[in-house]
Amino acid sequence: MSATDATTVKAPGRVDISAMGRRLRALGRAELTLLLRNKAMLFVALATPVLLTVLMRQTTSGMNLEGTGLTMGTVLIPGSIGYVLVFAVYANLTGIYVTRREELVLKRLRTGESSDGEILLGSALPSLFLALGQCVLLLAGGAAVLDLAPPKRPELVVAGVLLGLVLMVLLAGVSAAFTRTTEASQITTFPFMAISFVGSGVVIPLDVMPDAMANVCSLLPVSPTMELVRNGWVGTLSGFDTVKALVVLVVWIVLGTLAVKRWFPWEPRR
Amino acid sequence: MDAIEVDGLKRRYGKGFEAVRGVSFSVREGEIFALLGTNGAGKTSTVELLEGLAKPSGGRVKVLGFDPYAERTAVRPRTGVMLQEGGFPSELTVTETIRMWAGCTSDARPIGEVLAQVGLSDRRAHVRVKQLSGGERRRLDLAMALVGHPEVLFLDEPTTGMDPEGRRDTWELVRELRRSGTTVLLTTHYLEEAEELADRLAIMRAGRIVTAGTPEQVVAERPSSIRFTLPDGLTPQHLPPMLSPATVREGRVEIRTPQLQEALTDLLLWARQNGVALPGLHARTATLEEVFLEIAQLPDEGEGGQDGGGQDGAPAQSGTAPGEREVQRA
Repeated sequence: MSATDATTVKAPGRVDISAMGRRLRALGRAELTLLLRNKAMLFVALATPVLLTVLMRQTTSGMNLEGTGLTMGTVLIPGSIGYVLVFAVYANLTGIYVTRREELVLKRLRTGESSDGEILLGSALPSLFLALGQCVLLLAGGAAVLDLAPPKRPELVVAGVLLGLVLMVLLAGVSAAFTRTTEASQITTFPFMAISFVGSGVVIPLDVMPDAMANVCSLLPVSPTMELVRNGWVGTLSGFDTVKALVVLVVWIVLGTLAVKRWFPWEPRR
Repeated sequence: MDAIEVDGLKRRYGKGFEAVRGVSFSVREGEIFALLGTNGAGKTSTVELLEGLAKPSGGRVKVLGFDPYAERTAVRPRTGVMLQEGGFPSELTVTETIRMWAGCTSDARPIGEVLAQVGLSDRRAHVRVKQLSGGERRRLDLAMALVGHPEVLFLDEPTTGMDPEGRRDTWELVRELRRSGTTVLLTTHYLEEAEELADRLAIMRAGRIVTAGTPEQVVAERPSSIRFTLPDGLTPQHLPPMLSPATVREGRVEIRTPQLQEALTDLLLWARQNGVALPGLHARTATLEEVFLEIAQLPDEGEGGQDGGGQDGAPAQSGTAPGEREVQRA
């Protein structure tokens, strides 16, 4: 037993926060290096949200926003947050997870001390920080350019963005489960992107939709974030709608967590 | 205490194929144990269960007294793993890769020291992984397995793709590790590697261990052989009767015997008494290769047979012709 005396035996079952932080930092740093070396991916993540927001200006200016309390700015700028979530986090991260899995990096990491959650979160950190920075710039920059009043309920805006980011990581994990190759991830992420843009109020606010349709669409994964950001900004979200949006988000996060735990494949299928 | 205990281990894959069918063995602390077998015998499927990457569908594994799957946090800081292949992001450099790994490891050794130990020079430290040769990748893999001062080391085909020099270096390194008390479990299909390194070994086939023991014990189960050319004018009937199970092919006599020394003494005494010369006389104990080949050529036992599937070789390799078996001498 000489090699297994008390100094080398680490306490089992106890979560060591500083060790967890060190592992997340190591994983995040490696992934950041990789992201900075993948110029195409970086460009898509950084440029798409801005470009789409600019392009959508025309569409938005033709909308009838009467009675919604919204303006072109408060439709457009929160919409840009939707692009960030879906492009820079969800689609990007699906590709990253699939690539790392196919390279057997995830399998290798699981032979080490990192937990499954740390591996997925660590790989997501650069995308998350990048997205957070984009959100801040788009919200602040957009508000300045389009001369918006400051948000009425900033805490709802922040909650919507943060919970939305968490959900996107989980949904990327779910998408990676049925994506066999990095190339295929561009196709497998498309349905969710399309549904979110059309149905979740990214392009067309739910307030503009017929009530029945808006009710159904409000249950989609990205919808609560859009409502919290947009209607939280202008202050038109009722107490009921606030709670509903938060509950829908949390339910999706719980479902996403369960799905990832159940289905996320840690190595390529043979 | 045994560092690794395996009892009745089974692993069934999703589609119902059973790659590991009741494997039991133990590895003592500080010992080098080799798992041998053809591709698809179930070596990697077994090792992955010991590494705690998957949950066994039956049986029990203990590594350093813990279940490596359920008690992951207790086992991982004390084991080092070299997977059969890959596991590196291709766009990172050697140093970046190992730095990432060290960051995920408690009490990690200095990166330069580990790279030097596996023979990756400073010159290669800033080369991207995708530009490394197969042998260099194995060295990097080994370096990662050594970063955390492992008490138990799993090496899955550690020298595949290495040149002969790299292989010798790796063997020397593994022996050094044993001297410092590390327990090593390795899989290989290089028989020479097992002969060089293993204190004990097991040969697997179709998900089961067919034979196990020290290399001497494993080889001792097989008869030794004596060969010579039949001198002119003699027929096998002239040979002493105690050497009876002799076969003659194209003038060469082969005698297979479990008692090499006695049989050889009988033969030589008979030759001296009768003034017979025995050209091309050759006597030796069985080799690991013979044992291995014999096991590899056993007939299949129904379902699934020798094709291990799983991680250990493509299913398309079933029905391998005897001549194509993965017996390689380094």
